[in-house]
Amino acid sequence: MSDISKPEDQARTGGSFLYNQGFRSIAYQVLLGGVLAYLAWTLYANVNANLERQGIATGWDFLNTSSGFDIGESVIEYSAADTYGKALLAGILNTIRVALFGIFFATILGVFMGIARVSKNWLLSTLASWYVEICRNVPVVLHVIFWGTVIHLLPSPRKAMVPFEGAFIMNRGVVMPFPVYDPAYPWVGAAFVAAILGVVFLNKWAQRRREQTGQYISTLWAGLGILIGLPAAVWIAFGAPLVWDVPALRGFNFQGGLQLSPEFVALLIGITVYTAAFIAEIVRSGIQSVPSGQIEAARAVGLRPSFIMRYVTMPQALRVIIPPTASQYLSLTKNSSLGVLIGYPDLVNIGNTTLNQTGQAVEAIAIMMVVYLAISIVISTFMNVYNRLVAIKER
Amino acid sequence: MNEQTPDTNSNTAADTAAIHLVDVNKWYGDFQALIDINLSVKQGERVVVCGPSGSGKSTMIRCINRLEHHQRGQIIVDGIELTDNLKNIEAVRSEVGMVFQSFNLFPHMRVIDNLTLAPMLVRKMPKAEAEALAMGYLERVQIPEQAYKYPGQLSGGQQQRVAIARSLCMQPRIMLFDEPTSALDPEMIKEVLDVMVELAKEGMTMIVVTHEMGFAKTVADTMVFMDQAEIVEIATPDIFFTKPKNERTQLFLDQILTH
Repeated sequence: MSDISKPEDQARTGGSFLYNQGFRSIAYQVLLGGVLAYLAWTLYANVNANLERQGIATGWDFLNTSSGFDIGESVIEYSAADTYGKALLAGILNTIRVALFGIFFATILGVFMGIARVSKNWLLSTLASWYVEICRNVPVVLHVIFWGTVIHLLPSPRKAMVPFEGAFIMNRGVVMPFPVYDPAYPWVGAAFVAAILGVVFLNKWAQRRREQTGQYISTLWAGLGILIGLPAAVWIAFGAPLVWDVPALRGFNFQGGLQLSPEFVALLIGITVYTAAFIAEIVRSGIQSVPSGQIEAARAVGLRPSFIMRYVTMPQALRVIIPPTASQYLSLTKNSSLGVLIGYPDLVNIGNTTLNQTGQAVEAIAIMMVVYLAISIVISTFMNVYNRLVAIKER
Repeated sequence: MNEQTPDTNSNTAADTAAIHLVDVNKWYGDFQALIDINLSVKQGERVVVCGPSGSGKSTMIRCINRLEHHQRGQIIVDGIELTDNLKNIEAVRSEVGMVFQSFNLFPHMRVIDNLTLAPMLVRKMPKAEAEALAMGYLERVQIPEQAYKYPGQLSGGQQQRVAIARSLCMQPRIMLFDEPTSALDPEMIKEVLDVMVELAKEGMTMIVVTHEMGFAKTVADTMVFMDQAEIVEIATPDIFFTKPKNERTQLFLDQILTH
C-alpha cells in the first residue's frame, strides 16, 4: 500500500463537497435558520388569522383607557379611574419591591445559614442543615401558600401581637411606626452616601498605611462612627426633626405608620426562606471548595482564623459562589410572580386582570414577558459586573 | 539526638531541645495514629523520618505545629508547650515553618504576595521591607525572576521552592518537611533537595519526612524509622543504613533500596 499517495487516499473516501467540514457546518446553520423562520411565520400568521376571526383588534390603545379596578397596595398613587398603563406600572413596581427586599433578606439569611452549616458548633450546623433540607425540598408554591395561610390565621387587629411598642402583627399584615417625611431627610440620605464614600477612602488609607509601616489599624469603629456620625450630624444641623407616625387602631383597622399587607409579608417570607436555602448551599459548597491544604498552609505560617477567612478562603470561595447566586436572584424575581396565588398585586396579577378585562391576550402576555426579561437582564448585568470585580487571577 | 524514655527524661533535656515529644499518643476515633512517641531534637539537628505509608510520620510532624492535636503526652517546641492555649499555638506556628507535599501555595496571589502575606499580617512588617525579605529568599531558592507570576504558571519544582521560601519568610527556627518531593516529577526532585541541603548547611533545625534516602545519607544527623504508629528505631545514618537493630527497619530498607 506504500505506493498509494495521500491525495489518492482522500479521493477514495469521496472528494465531494458534501464531505467538506466547512460546507457542512454552514449547511446545518442555514437549515436551522430556515426551520426557525418558517415556525415563526406560521405562528404569526396563525395568531393573526385567529384574532381576526374572533374580531379582536390588536394594538396598544387599551393602555390609555381607564382600568376600572382597584389595586390592594401600590407604591405610586393609583385609583380605579387610572389607566391600564398605570395599573401595569403599579404591578411592575410591586414586583420590583418584593424582589428587591427578597434578594436582600435571602442573601443575609442564606450567607448566615451557609456559614452555619460549615461551623464547628454542632447545634448551629445541625439546625442549619435541617433548615436547608426542609426548605429547599418543598416546592416554592407551597412556601408561598403556607405563609399566606399562616398570616391569615394570626389574631385580628384588636388582638394583634405587639413585638415592641407601636408595632403590630396580625391577620391584616404588619404595621409599625414610621418617621413622618421632613425636608431634611434627603440631606441625611446624601450624608449617608457621602459617609459610605468616606469609609471606602478610610479603608484605602488604612491599607496604604499598613503597607508602609506594617501597623494594622482596625477601621471598624472609625468606619461605624463615620457611617452613623455624619448623617446624624446633618440631621441635628437641621434641628433633629423627628415625628413618628404611630399606627393607631381606628374601627377595625390600623391607620398610619408603615403598613405591610399580609400578601406582601407572606410572599416575601415564602420566596426569601425558599431562596435562602439554595443560597446557603451555594455558600457552603463555595467555602468547602477551597482545598483544606490552603487553610493548613495559612495556619502553618501563623495567620489568625479571621485573616485566613479574609485573605485565603473567601477570595477563592467567592468565584464559586457568585455565578450560581446570580441565578438564584433571577429565580427569586421570577418566583415573585407566585404572588398571584395569594392575591399580591404583582405584575402577573395585574397583567392577568388586564388580559381578562380587555381580551388583549397577546399584548398583556408580551408586556409581562418583556418586563421580566428586562428585570432579569438588569440583575444579571449587575452580577456579572460584580463577578468581574471580585474575580481572582490565577495566571 | 538522644532517644528519650519517660523515666530518663528530665527538665534539662527539655530546655536544650528545640523540639521535645514525651509519650505522645493520638487517636482518630478508635484508630490509634501515634503510640508513645518520644523524640528530642536539638537546636540545629537534622532529623529524617521514614517508614511505610500510614505509619504516622506525617501525623507526628503535623502535631508539632498543631495542625493535628495529640490527646495524651507532651509536645514542647522552643520551650513552649502545645496545649489548647491559642497564644501558645500562635507563638509556636510563627517559629516553625512547614512545607507540604502538595505545595499549598495560594493560587490567587502572585508569588511575591504569597511570600509577603504572613510577614505583613503576623509580623506587622511594612510592605517594602517584606518584599525585600521575600526577594532575598526567592534568590536563595534561585527563582527571583518568577516573583510576579502566579503559582499556576510555575513548574512543580518551582512551586515547591516558592513554598519553602514562603515558610522561610517567617524566619522560623525550625522547618518541617512533609514529603516535599513526593508530588514532583523525577527531574524536579533534585532542585528542591538542593535547596534543602543548602538550608541544612546553614544550620537550620529540620525534621524531614521523605523516602529520598540519598538526601538522608547526605544531611541527616539522625534517622527515625516509624512503623504502625510507633517509632521503631532511632539511629545515626551510618548505623541506620548498615546495621539497623530492628528487623522491621531492615525489611523496610531492603524494600526501598533494592532499585
